[in-house]
Amino acid sequence: MNDTSKTPVALEDLHNWQLYRDADDILWLGLDCAGESTNTLSSLVLQELQVAIDAVVAERPRGLIVYSAKESGFAAGADVREFEQMLDVDDTVKRIDEVHSLFARIENLSFPSVARVHGFCLGGGLELALACKHIVADDGRATRLGFPEVLLGIHPGFGGTVRAVRYCGAPAALDLMLTGRLVDARRAEQCGLIDRAVPTRHLDAAALSFVHKRQQQRTPGVTKRLASHALARPIVARITRNEVAKKVLPQHYPAPYSLLDLWQRFAGNPTRMYPEEARSVARLLVSPASRNLVRLFKLQEGLKRAIESSAKQPTHVHVVGAGTMGGDIAAWCALRGMHVTLQDRAPQYIAPAMQRAAGLFDRRVKRRHERLMLGDRLVADFDGDGIVRADVIIEAIIEDVEAKRELFSALEARARPDAILATNTSSIPLTDIASSLNDPTRLVGIHFFNPVQQMQLVEIISSEQTDEAVVTRAAAFTTAIDRLPLRARSAPGFLINRVLSPYLQEAMLMLEQGLQATEIDAVAKSFGMPMGPLELADTVGLDICLHVGEILGAAFGGEVPQSLRGHVSAGRLGRKSNTGYHAYVNGKIARQRLPRSRSQSGAATADIRDRLLLPLLNEAVACLREGIVDNADLIDVALVFGAGFAPFRGGPIQYARDRGIGEILFRLQRFEDQFGSRFAADPGWHAL
Amino acid sequence: MGPGPFRPSDLAVHAARPLLARQQFEPPELDEVIVGCIMPGPEEANIARVVSLRLGCGDQVPAWTVQRNCASGMQAIDSAAGAIVSGRADLILAGGTESMSHAPVLFSRETTALLAQWAAARNLRQRLGVIASLRPMHLKPVIALLLGLTDPVVGLSMGQTAEVISRRYGIDRLAMDTYAVRSHHRLAEAQAAGRLDEIVPLIDTNGQVYDHDDGVRPDSSVQKLARLKPFFDREFGNVTAANSSQITDGAAWVLLASEQAVNDHKLPVLGKLVDTQWAGLDPAQMGFGPVHAATPLLKRRRLNFDMIDYWEINEAFAGQVLACIRAFDDVDYCRKELGLRNAMGRIDEGQLNVDGGAIALGHPVGSSGARIVLHLLKVLEQRQARRGVAAICIGGGQGGAMLVERT
Repeated sequence: MNDTSKTPVALEDLHNWQLYRDADDILWLGLDCAGESTNTLSSLVLQELQVAIDAVVAERPRGLIVYSAKESGFAAGADVREFEQMLDVDDTVKRIDEVHSLFARIENLSFPSVARVHGFCLGGGLELALACKHIVADDGRATRLGFPEVLLGIHPGFGGTVRAVRYCGAPAALDLMLTGRLVDARRAEQCGLIDRAVPTRHLDAAALSFVHKRQQQRTPGVTKRLASHALARPIVARITRNEVAKKVLPQHYPAPYSLLDLWQRFAGNPTRMYPEEARSVARLLVSPASRNLVRLFKLQEGLKRAIESSAKQPTHVHVVGAGTMGGDIAAWCALRGMHVTLQDRAPQYIAPAMQRAAGLFDRRVKRRHERLMLGDRLVADFDGDGIVRADVIIEAIIEDVEAKRELFSALEARARPDAILATNTSSIPLTDIASSLNDPTRLVGIHFFNPVQQMQLVEIISSEQTDEAVVTRAAAFTTAIDRLPLRARSAPGFLINRVLSPYLQEAMLMLEQGLQATEIDAVAKSFGMPMGPLELADTVGLDICLHVGEILGAAFGGEVPQSLRGHVSAGRLGRKSNTGYHAYVNGKIARQRLPRSRSQSGAATADIRDRLLLPLLNEAVACLREGIVDNADLIDVALVFGAGFAPFRGGPIQYARDRGIGEILFRLQRFEDQFGSRFAADPGWHAL
Repeated sequence: MGPGPFRPSDLAVHAARPLLARQQFEPPELDEVIVGCIMPGPEEANIARVVSLRLGCGDQVPAWTVQRNCASGMQAIDSAAGAIVSGRADLILAGGTESMSHAPVLFSRETTALLAQWAAARNLRQRLGVIASLRPMHLKPVIALLLGLTDPVVGLSMGQTAEVISRRYGIDRLAMDTYAVRSHHRLAEAQAAGRLDEIVPLIDTNGQVYDHDDGVRPDSSVQKLARLKPFFDREFGNVTAANSSQITDGAAWVLLASEQAVNDHKLPVLGKLVDTQWAGLDPAQMGFGPVHAATPLLKRRRLNFDMIDYWEINEAFAGQVLACIRAFDDVDYCRKELGLRNAMGRIDEGQLNVDGGAIALGHPVGSSGARIVLHLLKVLEQRQARRGVAAICIGGGQGGAMLVERT
C-alpha cells in the first residue's frame, strides 16, 4: 500500500479511513482505526464509512479495493464495548438496519469492489468483506476468518447470515456461524467464503485482477444450494438443531437456535431476512446469556491487557520435569513460538512428552516446513544445558518440598540473574520453596491447569516476598504464550483448586448418601457445567483431588470424603486408570445398565444443584474476603476459564448476584441446619 | 528394515544441539557449518544449510556440504581446518551425517522414460499407448544404496574389493570372523564402561529412545559367525555381512576453532588437529586407502609407529583392516606401492580400534570419518595419551588420514 503511484483523496474529518486513487483510476479504501492496534467496526467507524463511500461514489472509479492499514489484520468485528449500551431492542434494530443499508450500498456499487484481507477478519469485519463483490485473502498462517459471534451469545448481524449462505451454501455457512470456529484463507476459499487465497506477494495483484477482469461472483455448487431450498430447509434445520442440542441447551445458549430459526423461516427471502436478522440479534444482545458472555469477554481482554512490562519478551523457556504437566507446558510454549528445552533425569522420562508433543504439533500445524521448525524448537535436554540461556524456567517436578528446594537452589546457581524462576506447584506455599534461594524474591508461581492446551487460565502466584516486577514479567510471559494470567496470592489451593474442592467433595458426600453419580453429574450439567463434578474429579485425577483435599483440610479444616480415600487406595484414580467415580471405556463414561434413575422432582433437583453450588460460591466469597484475588470480577473470569463454570451464567459471583444474595444466604442457612457447619455462610457475603 | 525415524538432517540436528548448547557462544557466532553427507534426502539439497538453519545459526552463517564418499565427514573437518589455517574463519562446526536406511529406491531408466511419456501424453490414445507398453520389469525397483556401494569404474562392489585385498595377504575366513567378534566385544565393553560418552540419546516422535548403537552383539562368537554365507562373492568368498561394517544411520560433529576463538569463547579443548593427508590408489584395492594416506602423513611429520599411541582405522571390512595391517608391515608393498625403502611397521592391535568399530556400531558413510576422529580424541583423553591417527578407506580408491594430538 506504500505505492508512490497512488495519490491520496481527501476525506474531510475522517479519522479511521484513508482513500487513495491509483494510476488506473482504482480507489483503495483503507481502514485504520485511530489510536488502536486492531480495527473494529465501532459506530463511529461505520458512520465514517458512510461518508467514505459517498466520496468513493463521487470519484467514479473503475473499481474499489477495501483493505486494512493495520498489521494485525482486516477487522476484528463490531466493537464489543458498545454492546452493553444496547439496552433497547427497537433502538438496536434501527442501528443495525442502518448498517444493513450501508452494506447494501457497497454491495450494489456499479463498479467492482474487492476486499483485500490479511490477518484477522472476524464477525462484522468479515461481513463488511462479504458486502464487497469479491474477497481475496493472504494465505499465510496469520489470516483467520470466521464468525465468533456465537461465543458472545449472538449471531452475525450485519447481513452475514444472508451473505455467508449465499456464497458458501447453507451447510458450510451454518457450520461456521454455529461453531464460531475460525478458518484460514485456503479453507475459506474451499468453502466459497472468499474468492481466492494467495501468497502475500500476490495479494495486491490478485485484488486488482478482480477489478480488471470483472469476474463472476462465486456461487456454491448445486447440492449446497439445494440445502436452502424451501423443501429442504425444515429437514436440514431439524438435523442441525439436533446436532446443536448435543452441545448446548436452548435455555442456556439461545443464539444458535435463533440463527437456525432465522435461516429456516427466511432464507428464501433475502429482503425479509435482513430486517429479521437485525431483530433476532437485537433480542439476543439484551439476553442475560449474551450480557454475561460479553462481560466475560471484556474481563478476559482486561486480563491480557493489564500487563505492561518493559522487560524483553521471553524467547527461551526451560522446563524441568517432563511429566504430564511439564511435558504439556513445554509443548504448548513451543507451539506458541518459544524455544523450549525440556529437562528430566533420563531420556526415557522425556520420551513420552516428546511423543505427546509430536501429536499436538501434527494436529495443530499442517504445513510441513512450519512443523519441522516447530519440532526443532522443542529440545529434549538431558544435562540441563538450557538452564543457562533460559528467560523463563518452569519447575514441574513431583510435589515434594525438599526436591523442589534442592532443584531451585541448583537452578539459581546456573540461571541468568534476570531469568524468571517459576514453580508449577499446586499446593506448596511459595515461601517454603523460596527459602532455599539466595534471593527468595525471585520465585513466582506459574500454575497451569490440565490439559494445558485447553485450559486458558494460568494462576500467577506471588507470596509477600515475591518481587512485583517478577510477577509482572511472569504475567507478560503467560500472555505471550496465549494464556490468561490470573494473579493470586500464595495460600493453600490458590484460587481454582480451593473453590472447586468443596464442590467436588459435596458431590462425593451426596454419592455416599445414596445418590447416583450420573444423577449428580446430570444436575451440574443441566446447570451449564461442561461436565459434572464427579467426572471432573475423575478427569483431574482422584489422587490429585485427595492431595489437594488434604492440604485444604489441614489449612481450613474439614474432612476428605471416605469414598475418595477408598478409590485412591484401591488404585482407582479416575480417567487415567479407567475407573473412579465413573467407569471409562476408551476415555468415555461407560453406559451403565441400571434401572432408570428415579425422576427427581424439580425441588429435589434444585436441592442437589444448590448443595453442589453453594459450597463453591461460599468458598469463592471466602477467597474474595481473604484477598486471594483483587476483586469479584477476577473470581468470575477465573472460574469460567480455569474451571469451566457455566459461562452464560457469568461466573459464580455474578450468578449469586443474579439469584440474590439474600436468597443464597437463606439457602445456606437451611443447609447448615440440615447438614452442618460446612454450609456456614462466609462473613464475606455481607460485603457483596 | 524400512527407513529409520530420522532423516540425515534430523540426525545432524539432534547430534549438534547438545554440543552447541554447552558452549558459551551462540550458534550465530559460528563462521561456517560444513557437513559431509553422501545421500541427503531429496528435500535436503545442500543439507549443511538446512542443518545450520534448523540449529538456529541464523541467516548469516554460511553452510556447505562436502562429499568424498566414505570420508565425507573427515573431509568436512579438513575443509574447516583449511579455512581456519588460511585465516578466513575462526570457529567452524564440522561433521558428517548419513541415514543409510533412507537411501532412495529408484525407478529404472526405462520406467522413468515411460513416466515422461505419460506426462507428455495429450490424449487418451497416447495414454493408452503408454499403458500398453508397461511391463512387469518396469516396476522392479533400483536400490540406490547398492548402486552407491558399487564402483562404476572397476565394476566391483565394495565387498568385492575387500575380497581382492584380503586374498592378496591370504587372510582367511577365520581371521576375518575373529576380528569381527573382537570388534563387538570391544564395543560392548566400552559401552558398559561408559567410554562412549560422546553419544547423545535421540527420541523420535513415537516416544522411542535411542541411547546407544544397537548393532552391537556382545554374545557374538566365531562359531556363530562361521554359519553365515559370503555375501559378495557367494561361492568362493570370505566376506560376510557379519565381518563387514553395518549399514546404519548416524551423525557426528566436532567444533574447530583457532587459538583466538578458543580464548575468546573459553572453549574446552579436546585436542589439536595436526595434519591431514589424502591419497589415491587402485579402485579395486580401495581398502588399502589408510596405508596410502597415513604413510606420507607420518613421513612428513617424521613420526614412526612407536610414536603413535592409538589408531582408529575405519572398519569397512574385517579383511580390509587386517590387510592394511599386513601391508604396513610388508617390505614389498611399502617399496612397490609407497616408494619406501623399508616397511612402515607393525601396528599393535592393542592400540587399534580399542573400543570396537564400524563392524559393531555401523558405518553411516557420511559421518564415519568425523566419528573416528572424535572417538580417537576421546580415547586419547580417557587413556591420557598424546598422539593418534585416524584413517579411512574410501570407495573409488582413496584414503584419508588425520593426525591429532592432546597436550
